[in-house]
Amino acid sequence: MTRCLRHGWESTNSTDHCHPERSTLGGPADLSPWGKRSKGSVLTRLNSDMNLATSQVRVQLPYHLRNLAHIDGEVALEVTPPVTVRAVLDALEASYPMLRGTIRDHDTLARRPFLRFFACEQDLSLDSPDNPLPDAIARGKEPLLIIGAIAGGSPDS
Amino acid sequence: MSKVRVLVGTRKGAFILTSDGKRDKWDVSGPHFAGWEIYHIKGSPVDPDRIYASQTSGWFGQILQASNDGGKTWFQPGVKPEEAGPPAFPAKASNRFVYDDSGETGKPLTTHQWYDGTQHPWEFKRVWHLEPSLTDANLVYAGVEDAALFRSTDGGESWHELPGLRGHGTGPDWQPGAGGMCLHSIIIDPSNPNRIFIAISSVGAFRTDDGGKSWKPINKGLVSDYIPDPNAEIGHCVHHIAMSPSRPGVLFMQKHWHVMRSDDAGDNWTKISGNLPTDFGFCIDIHAHEPDTLYVVPIKSDSLHYPIDGKLQVWRSRTGGNEWEPLTKGLPQSDCYVNVLRDAMAVDTLDKCGIYFGTTGGQVYVSPDAGDTWSAIVHDLPAVLSVEVQTLA
Repeated sequence: MTRCLRHGWESTNSTDHCHPERSTLGGPADLSPWGKRSKGSVLTRLNSDMNLATSQVRVQLPYHLRNLAHIDGEVALEVTPPVTVRAVLDALEASYPMLRGTIRDHDTLARRPFLRFFACEQDLSLDSPDNPLPDAIARGKEPLLIIGAIAGGSPDS
Repeated sequence: MSKVRVLVGTRKGAFILTSDGKRDKWDVSGPHFAGWEIYHIKGSPVDPDRIYASQTSGWFGQILQASNDGGKTWFQPGVKPEEAGPPAFPAKASNRFVYDDSGETGKPLTTHQWYDGTQHPWEFKRVWHLEPSLTDANLVYAGVEDAALFRSTDGGESWHELPGLRGHGTGPDWQPGAGGMCLHSIIIDPSNPNRIFIAISSVGAFRTDDGGKSWKPINKGLVSDYIPDPNAEIGHCVHHIAMSPSRPGVLFMQKHWHVMRSDDAGDNWTKISGNLPTDFGFCIDIHAHEPDTLYVVPIKSDSLHYPIDGKLQVWRSRTGGNEWEPLTKGLPQSDCYVNVLRDAMAVDTLDKCGIYFGTTGGQVYVSPDAGDTWSAIVHDLPAVLSVEVQTLA
């Protein structure tokens, strides 16, 4: 049995999903927190079983998405670590399913081109959505900002 | 007494205008979905209180809205706020339009032509037109950009492409015009549920006779001098098509130049521009009780999307085309440089047929007497993208 507390997985054999090159069986790493199977092992989510603390993350949404979701002000979300953009958006869409497809594509989960992610005065839009967010975000001291581009003009079609 | 409900989609929300059969005093509701582009909003013929709306934004993408109470309140089909759990790839999502390229049910996605002549992948942008079924309030068709036809059988909760259209063969030669490669017109034949007509900007018109499984171009007779082969099978910029429910199979078309007519379900087209001052325009519609009475709004040219000499005029033919007369009473005849877009004209079915159209200047006009006189219901809406009318008992 192998487990990783950092990424929240447990494998039924000696497969190291964070470093597959070290594993006796190898195979692609699959770090989905939702328990997707990877080659040669059974991967399960640990976090709920082990009662790891979740982070309360603050998110600020653009005006139109607040309206769509009937949100007044900031959103507070419980996010299971690691706190990444992907994890925050997963939690946001789970709580507000009407927002699915409005921040990221339904299927590719790619950020919509005219939206950007900011945190602690930095533009994180071009970073991997799986990078851990700054500690201040994870601890709820600063909000994750989802901002629509201020693009002017409209085609007359 | 009868009532009418006018559904107006604009660049900054939807508006609902209601009146009794006299159509001279109006209540205005809106903006619904304030700030969003409402490309189209249309009610079900089966249940007039069931209305569907395409809500879209360049920032946030596509939202599908529905109402069960005639537009007083709205909901996103299938979205339940109390849902919980992993959100990835939900089984149903009312705003998820995915081209069907599966081996079993779909067609290869392939590519279409891009502006520079190279091939470009199909990309969903927005829903241009919603067409509720004539027989089932939960069945709706959606015409989208990049051009494809989708269908929902669960009231808009989920959408599935009818891939036979995109994959019928000429797809790789389709290319977008300046306004996008949009499927903007959908006509369901009331006499034959398996027959549907559609039209795509800068591609042409198509017909299915088997409920959407297979399609054929129906552009024979269209002549477009701006494409390499003016008589090509596809590549014609069809702006809108219309058909009277009382005379299925007779179609009318406003093209990028030329007004056209087909008497054989689109197999052949003839030009009926006749004495129009210009035969460029976007919208075309038909009197509810007189299938040879047509309405167009002539626009000066494709370079100048506004009326000739600043005079907003609707032109009517009572002979099925070729002979046209200007309708001006109550419409501005000077300093008016608005446009009327392809889906922005509609008719009601009251005995004295009412004609409606909306402009890019934000006016919505009504004629309660089949075009003889006009008045503005509203003056200052955002630019109007679409107009539909429901006649309520």
